[in-house]
Amino acid sequence: MTELRQRGAAEKELKHRRSEDKGSETEGRSERDGASDNEAKSDSGIPEVPVSADDTPEVLNKALSGLSSRWKNWWVRGILTLAMISFFFFIIYLGPMVLMMIVLCVQIKCFHEIITIGYSVYHSYDLPWFRTLSWYFLLCVNYFFYGETVTDYFFALVQREDCLRILSKYHRFISFALYLTGFCMFVLSLVKKHYRLQFYMFGWTHVTLLIVVTQSHLIIHNLFEGMIWFIVPISCVICNDIMAYMFGFFFGRTPLIKLSPKKTWEGFIGGFFATVVFGILLSYVMAGYRCFVCPVEFNNDSNRFTVDCEPSELFQLQDYILPSVLHSVTGWTTVKLYPFQIHSIALSAFASIMGPFGGFFASGFKRAFKIKDFANTIPGHGGIMDRFDCQYLMATFVNVYIASFIRGPNPTKVIQQLLALRPDQQLHIFNSLKAHLTERGLLPALEAAA
Amino acid sequence: MCVSLQEADGDDKLGFPGEAEGDIEGDSKADTPDVPPSTDNTPQCLNKALEGLSSRYFLICVNYFFYGETVADYFALLHREEPLQFLVRYHRFISFALYLAGFCMFVLSLVKKQYRLQFYMFAWTHVTLLIVVTQSHLVIQNLFEGMIWFILPISTVICNDIMAYLFGFFFGRTPLIKLSPKKTWEGFIGGFFATVVFSFLFAYLLSQYQYFVCPVEYNSETNRFTVECDPSNLFVMQEYTLPTAVQNVIRWKTVNLYPFQIHSIALSSFASLIGPFGGFFASGFKRAFKIKDFADTIPGHGGIMDRFDCQYLMATFVHVYIASFIRGPNPSKVLQQLLVLQPEQQLGIFNTLRNHLQEKGVLPPAVAEAQ
Repeated sequence: MTELRQRGAAEKELKHRRSEDKGSETEGRSERDGASDNEAKSDSGIPEVPVSADDTPEVLNKALSGLSSRWKNWWVRGILTLAMISFFFFIIYLGPMVLMMIVLCVQIKCFHEIITIGYSVYHSYDLPWFRTLSWYFLLCVNYFFYGETVTDYFFALVQREDCLRILSKYHRFISFALYLTGFCMFVLSLVKKHYRLQFYMFGWTHVTLLIVVTQSHLIIHNLFEGMIWFIVPISCVICNDIMAYMFGFFFGRTPLIKLSPKKTWEGFIGGFFATVVFGILLSYVMAGYRCFVCPVEFNNDSNRFTVDCEPSELFQLQDYILPSVLHSVTGWTTVKLYPFQIHSIALSAFASIMGPFGGFFASGFKRAFKIKDFANTIPGHGGIMDRFDCQYLMATFVNVYIASFIRGPNPTKVIQQLLALRPDQQLHIFNSLKAHLTERGLLPALEAAA
Repeated sequence: MCVSLQEADGDDKLGFPGEAEGDIEGDSKADTPDVPPSTDNTPQCLNKALEGLSSRYFLICVNYFFYGETVADYFALLHREEPLQFLVRYHRFISFALYLAGFCMFVLSLVKKQYRLQFYMFAWTHVTLLIVVTQSHLVIQNLFEGMIWFILPISTVICNDIMAYLFGFFFGRTPLIKLSPKKTWEGFIGGFFATVVFSFLFAYLLSQYQYFVCPVEYNSETNRFTVECDPSNLFVMQEYTLPTAVQNVIRWKTVNLYPFQIHSIALSSFASLIGPFGGFFASGFKRAFKIKDFADTIPGHGGIMDRFDCQYLMATFVHVYIASFIRGPNPSKVLQQLLVLQPEQQLGIFNTLRNHLQEKGVLPPAVAEAQ
């Protein structure tokens, strides 16, 4: 999350920043005025940041009409925060399918917000092809990723329909062909005076796709691993935001980074410890429920998603012996923990340390392009992207973490690959596997039973 | 044709000064660095050294990631040393950690007046990595599939360049696209047919040699690469019955072809039809940033990028083609995945595989129970 910009204080901050830039922004307003600041020249085209735009719903306005503008803004943010958190619980309750849809919608909205910024920065509204092309590329890349990841989980469903099967089996080829068509359309649409603009938008679209779409598919991947791998990271990032804000509000003194003047070291460190504790407690609560812990599977018979399984070792209580230091402090010899809680420490540590960097990145981005918020979707908070900028690396980290330390390959997928090999390769693997299992002593038991 | 672009660019340069005045995009030109016309292709900026350093850092990270994903499997036995094995096994995590370190350095290095510039360089680096590094690793993967999958596509693109140039030179009349005024429809179509014929014949020539046709394998005993195998069905001569229409013309009933030659038609069509778009893209790019060539590495031709711009989609296409229509999964990778699974899962797969093989008759039932 970006630093909380209170509307009342925002005006002052904006003016303050403008004066820092040596008032060159007003110079930049007149087209090319020889101002030394390179950035200023582009201001003429940047949509003016509305200083006091009030898009809070009427209801809230009436309810808070009695308060001064500073506190009113605080309340607006608070109410919206609670609303978003409740919404988050609600969609978790609705299940994995809805969650997937929501992730997709968020992805589309984030993409839309970033592309819109690109248009406003480069005044390329008058290149209508480009909007179509950007959405088209979004579609291609989404199709590609769905083919890569999700169809494995829906394997049985996909095999039933013929057209789905073809779409899934040759997804790489088809999505590449679609991408090529878009690429050729781009080349054909190059207009003489706008080459650079068009290349910028092309590059902008690709970087946005790389950032937004890849992340969202990694989130869905994590989700299928078990809802806990989706909920705990996101909650840790949210908790870190809130805790860092609280600690900064009450104890904040030393500024953290020039890029975000409102962040403080006290907030950062306090948020770190609070988040780690929160992560441990939350994972303790969640690891007890199967619906969070089991991988999401698609049941052929009932045509629905099921989360029913034998929880893996990660989610079974185990005894850990406390180091003697803690033993003398708390008086306990052993403590029962889920191994997952140990992992949650890693996740929450990442959320507290790297999450803010995602926020700084977004702040720098907004400074660079002189925008206050990505959009005005959520009153008091800005756009969807503003809410999700700290999540920007979390999803990738969780996915890499799972792939490296937790999950092995998916057995169903391995069988599929096996059955697609040539018979001589299958025989070779069969023999290697038999040798391996015999070594481990697993096979003789099987043979005896046979 | 890539060579002729030099003249084409020269002609259009006359338009540039006019473009600068009436340019709608003038404001963005002002803050994005102007490219010096002569040698350097990287935009001048204040922190040039730092940007170069960080770009190279990201280049190393991405290369390490791709190496771990694809090529390391082939060298599995080479990584007998503990640290090497560790680096390969956890390559995703390590390369991600390295990337994050670079990301944090970028965020910390943001300097007040140069935010936009720095973000541009960051994005530029990423797009370049996406284009160049991904392609190069796909080329290497194609190579491991068999050298013919590397040689044939590249020769086809080169042949298309040359043929299109020759046809355009001798018969060219109708311009093809405003972006490259020297390209003509005659060159395009003539190049298409000539390239298809060339690759058809070239595929015939190459398919006969095991050296080109076999997947590259790393022999752990001799510590060298070997290309020796039983050529797959694709490279075994088969008889095809000609359709009656062609029979009346040529008076042959059947013809002996390698199945690979049929595939080569697909590859060469792609090279002739879509390859030029890669060239147009590069032309547009050079026009947009007002450079004549990417660099001056090769006298008379420009930089390395100038030679490879038409290859730009070919490598991806060949890789996707192989993955979709030719190759199954890589057996050594499947085995690796198998060995990492839980014992119960391994047993389950073992049984499934045994039943499958018995059904297919590959594994006679007696052998399975004789152990």
